[in-house]
Amino acid sequence: MSPKTLYDKIWDAHIAHEAEDGTTLLYIDRHLVHEVTSPQAFEGLRLTGRKVRAPDKTIAVPDHNVPTTLDRTKGIDNEQSRIQVDALDRNAKEFGVHYYPVSDIRQGIVHIVGPENGWTLPGMTVVCGDSHTATHGAFGALAHGIGTSEVEHVLATQTLIQKKSKNMKVEVTGKLKPGVTPKDVTLAIIGATGTGGGTGYVIEYCGEVFRDMSMEGRMTVCNMAIEGGARAGLVAPDETTFEYVKGRTHAPKGAQWEAALTWWKTLYTDEGAQFDKVVTLRGEDIEPVVTWGTSPEDVLPITGVVPDPSQFKGGKVDAARRSLEYMGLKPGQKLSEIEIDTVFIGSCTNGRIEDLRAVADVVKGKKIKEGLRAMIVPGSGLVRAQAEEEGLAEIFQEAGFEWRLAGCSMCLAMNPDQLSEGERCVSTSNRNFEGRQGYKGRTHLVSPPMAAAAAITGRLTDVREMM
Amino acid sequence: MDKFEKITGIAAPMPLVNIDTDMIIPKVHLKSIKRTGFGKHLFDEMRYNRDGTEVADFVLNKPQYRDAEILIAGDNFGCGSSREHAPWAIADFGIKCVVSTSFADIFFNNSFKNGILPIVLPQEQVDILMADAEKGANARMTVDLEAQEITTSDGDVIPFDVDPFKKHCLLNGLDDIALTMEKAASIDTFESSMSVQRPWV
Repeated sequence: MSPKTLYDKIWDAHIAHEAEDGTTLLYIDRHLVHEVTSPQAFEGLRLTGRKVRAPDKTIAVPDHNVPTTLDRTKGIDNEQSRIQVDALDRNAKEFGVHYYPVSDIRQGIVHIVGPENGWTLPGMTVVCGDSHTATHGAFGALAHGIGTSEVEHVLATQTLIQKKSKNMKVEVTGKLKPGVTPKDVTLAIIGATGTGGGTGYVIEYCGEVFRDMSMEGRMTVCNMAIEGGARAGLVAPDETTFEYVKGRTHAPKGAQWEAALTWWKTLYTDEGAQFDKVVTLRGEDIEPVVTWGTSPEDVLPITGVVPDPSQFKGGKVDAARRSLEYMGLKPGQKLSEIEIDTVFIGSCTNGRIEDLRAVADVVKGKKIKEGLRAMIVPGSGLVRAQAEEEGLAEIFQEAGFEWRLAGCSMCLAMNPDQLSEGERCVSTSNRNFEGRQGYKGRTHLVSPPMAAAAAITGRLTDVREMM
Repeated sequence: MDKFEKITGIAAPMPLVNIDTDMIIPKVHLKSIKRTGFGKHLFDEMRYNRDGTEVADFVLNKPQYRDAEILIAGDNFGCGSSREHAPWAIADFGIKCVVSTSFADIFFNNSFKNGILPIVLPQEQVDILMADAEKGANARMTVDLEAQEITTSDGDVIPFDVDPFKKHCLLNGLDDIALTMEKAASIDTFESSMSVQRPWV
């Protein structure tokens, strides 16, 4: 048998039907659902009299629209947001899928809820009508975002019509320096490959840096595989993975655990397997980074300066010029001198307990810069509860942060957490697109410790100065 | 789904690279629970001022491009979110074909499900089409899916590739779900074998 990549193995294990031209019906093990991209899909089922084929493999949770303020038990003010969340309540009940309503402590961002409750397991296929489904690749699961038509297709058939992507290896060797986090690693990779560099590929993240990384860190890395254009990102499961999964509510137990473990241990890229593209970075070369523009590929070390658009090539020259105008920045400006108005810590990229611990390490005993708006939005109710148990919430509140309830919040500003025109935000989220966090809002993507440092000084800051 | 066979129409040039789905349809318009009515919000923040008036120099607001049916776009079109509202908005506006040097994966798939043909061509050919589109309303191009050819207003013919299965579905306006349902027996077989091999799933 010819050697296979991890992606090849997961793919082969899920082929329900393959046509001569390679068009495949890929079986889906977990379908995650949220309120924004699902109402039209459920409506489609209703109109055609179709059922959800595997409700026991379908998990729904509202996250994009939900308010994160403590008074949310009073309901959602925005009528359209309320209608979407109500529609999910109704659809989950009518079609009999697993559901975590807003009132459930386990509610949170779908990509945090899935792993946390043991729904996401190694070797699975996981889809959701959300591009950051890539997150689940951290478990060695083939996980990617789909559109609403495909959501309906998976609901009705538990399969997706797919053509296989190519294999890409992203290797980061060696060790990371102090102050450098998984977020810096994933941004540095996108900086190197560009936002289209992964288009047509499934990435496997290999190398010592990922082997040393926690599950939380691997989720941060895989989460942003999509920002590099890849269909999915994968990390081969290992003891770190098994340790994380073991004992979670929906993880297998007893004899089934042993059987699962035996299979999971076969999920690695065979020696001699071929990758169609290989990118290698040295862990030691990665610095704490920030984004300066309106694309996640606009990445520079915090020690750098705003680039001159003329240094780019092709269509990027105009795009960079447009970005700088939008961001209100001038070429040559030192990144560490850019003053900010707001700090947002949270999202499916960086809303897990380890992220909050890293923030607490930086802000403990300090105060945020006067006049700054700073909020911390945990990724789930369980993350929030744990942060409170560990005393992190107290540290945040004493420093002057707002301590919120779980949701997507200002990552995409579909709920009331939004930037106003010209407001400059340091954010631990995943996209710095124009208007992403609010109309004409300005976003700089950073790691949680870098966001914490910026909250203290009121400007983009090298967290290493505080260590 | 609407069929796509052959169109002859105005092409609008949008050379900007990395046009993301937040640009195509900002999130304030994702709150609908319907699939229709997104066309008026297509490229919302580029197309309208905050007071709702039109941005005069935005391409689709120019008189010659208001009825565009084809978009010639910069590299990596449709990157970002998986929102199908993006192709819904494009289709609802009346655009049936987008040409670029590359598309983001999810957007590319979503387009086919909504009767939109995304075409990938090398830079030199996109440049030719971009220049043709810049001529305005009198320069109409033809996109023929059956023949897999684009004909410029000057009569230049540019062939393109398309996945045969996706082409078949688009030409016939086929519903994916119905097609997959025909293979229900294969899915049943797969499920029974998995319930033995990987019962924890």
